[in-house]
Amino acid sequence: MLSRRDLLLAAACGWTTRRGLALEAPASPEVLAALPGKRPLLQRALRPPNFETPLPALVPAFTPNDAFFVRYHLAVIPSVDPAAWRLQVGGASAQRPLSLSLRELRRSFTQASLAAVNQCSGNRRGLFSPRVPGVQWGNGAMGNALWSGVRLRDVLQKAGVASDALEVVLRGADSAVLPTTPDFVKSIPIERALDESTLIAFEMNGKPLPHWNGAPARLIVPGWTGTYWMKHLTQIRIEPKAFDGFWMKAAYRLPTGAFPGSRFTSQETPETTPITDILVNSLITGPLPGARIRRGTRVELAGKAWDNGAGIASVEVSVDGRRSWREAALGRDLGRFAWREFRLPLTSSASGPLEIAVRARSRSGAQQPDALTFNPAGYHDNIVQTVTVEIV
Amino acid sequence: MMQARPKRPVRRARARAPGLAVCVAAATAAAVRATPPQELTQLKEGSGRDVTVSRCIVCHSLEYIPSNAPAMNRAGWEKSIQKMRDRFGAPATDEEARQILDYLAANYSGKP
Repeated sequence: MLSRRDLLLAAACGWTTRRGLALEAPASPEVLAALPGKRPLLQRALRPPNFETPLPALVPAFTPNDAFFVRYHLAVIPSVDPAAWRLQVGGASAQRPLSLSLRELRRSFTQASLAAVNQCSGNRRGLFSPRVPGVQWGNGAMGNALWSGVRLRDVLQKAGVASDALEVVLRGADSAVLPTTPDFVKSIPIERALDESTLIAFEMNGKPLPHWNGAPARLIVPGWTGTYWMKHLTQIRIEPKAFDGFWMKAAYRLPTGAFPGSRFTSQETPETTPITDILVNSLITGPLPGARIRRGTRVELAGKAWDNGAGIASVEVSVDGRRSWREAALGRDLGRFAWREFRLPLTSSASGPLEIAVRARSRSGAQQPDALTFNPAGYHDNIVQTVTVEIV
Repeated sequence: MMQARPKRPVRRARARAPGLAVCVAAATAAAVRATPPQELTQLKEGSGRDVTVSRCIVCHSLEYIPSNAPAMNRAGWEKSIQKMRDRFGAPATDEEARQILDYLAANYSGKP
C-alpha cells in the first residue's frame, strides 16, 4: 500500500512534474533498487529489467553511467566476454562479409566521440492521459552521455555496401526465454546507417559501456529514439529488402503523418510508420514541485532541453499562465545531439501558488506543443512542462 | 563531432542543486532496497491467480500486471493475452487463457 509519505516523496522528487503538484498515485509504489553495478534506480520492472533514472541524476550535464536508465524487452541477458566477442557484418547487400573482434574494431577504424541524448520512445508514458499499456515510465527513461567508438559507416564500407542496399538490420546478444518469442531485431534506413553520426560505441562517458547499457558495444543513433540503439551488438546485416520482424512491423509505430520527424519509407504503411526522431522537449530539474519559497527570494529555475539534433534555439519561461514568455539562459553547447542546460532566476512578490511553464524551441522551428497528440503506444510526450511552487 | 569529456558531473550537480540531494536522501530512507532487486508484486487472491502467475512469470516479472492496470479493462486484457500467445508464443491452453482473462479482468481493471 502506498503511504501518503510515499506520494509526497514521489511528488517531491519530480515524478509528476509535468502535471503540476498533482498528488496522483503512480500505478505501483515507487521503489528504488540497485542492479549490480548501478546505483538505486526506479524499478519499473524486475525481469526483463526496466529501471528509470531518478530526477536528481538528470541534473549533471552528463548522466553518470551507474545512474543511466536500463531498458530491455527480453529476459535472457548474457554477460558478454569482451575478449571472445565478435561482430558479424554481412547480409545480402554486403560485398565482403567480415567478422571483427573488439580489438580489431578499435584498431581498424577511426575513433569518434559525440555527446547525445538516449531517450526511450516510451519516456513519460506513465504520464499519459488517458493511460496506455506499457512500461509506465516517468521522466527518467533518458540520459545524456558521451559515446565513443567507431562510425558504423566505416565498418559498412569495409564490408562493401552494394547499390541495392535498403536497410541495415541489427541484432544483439540478449534473447527471449521462449524460442517462440521474436528476438529483438531492429533495422534502420541505409542512409541513416551511413550518416557520420551513427556510431558503434564501446565507451560511455570515457568508461567501457556498463553491462546494463549494452557492453561491450552498442549502436548509437543520435537524434533517434533509443529503440534503434541496439545493445550487446553482435550482428549487422546490409539488406536489399525491408526487414519484416515483429519489432519493426508491429512495435514502435506511430500513426502515419501524426508527428514530425524523419520518414522511414521502407517501413511505412498508410496507417502506421516507425517512430524515428526525438521531438523537441524539455525537463525541469528545479525547483521541485511544491517547493515552498519565501516571497521576494530568488528561485533558480533550471533544466534541460533537447531535440533530434537540429539543436536548441531557445527555451522560454512563463509565470503568468502562458500569456507572456521570457528567454532562459542556455548553458554550454555540448554538441547538437546533446541536451542543453537552461537557467533563469525568478522572483515572485505575490504569495500563493506559482506555476512555471517551460517550452523549448528547436533550430528547426519546432516548438513544444501545449496538448498531447494521443497515440496508442504512448510515445512522444513532449508537451510544455510546468512546475508549481508555493510562494510564502 | 565534439570531443569534450564530462567533468565531475556529480559534484557539479550537488553544488548547484542541494535540494535535489536532500530529495535523494529522503527517498533513500523510505524506499531503497538492498541489491539485488526483488520481485515486489504479490498478485491479489482470487480464482485464476495461480495459473496467471505460472504462465506470466515464464517471461516476465509480475509488476507489469498492477502497473498496467490503470490502462486496462477486460477488452484490454483480452488483447494483451492474445498478443502474448500469438505474437510471443506464451504457452497457455484456451481454457487457461480464459481463466487468466477472468482473473485479470476481475482484479486488475482500472480503466472504465
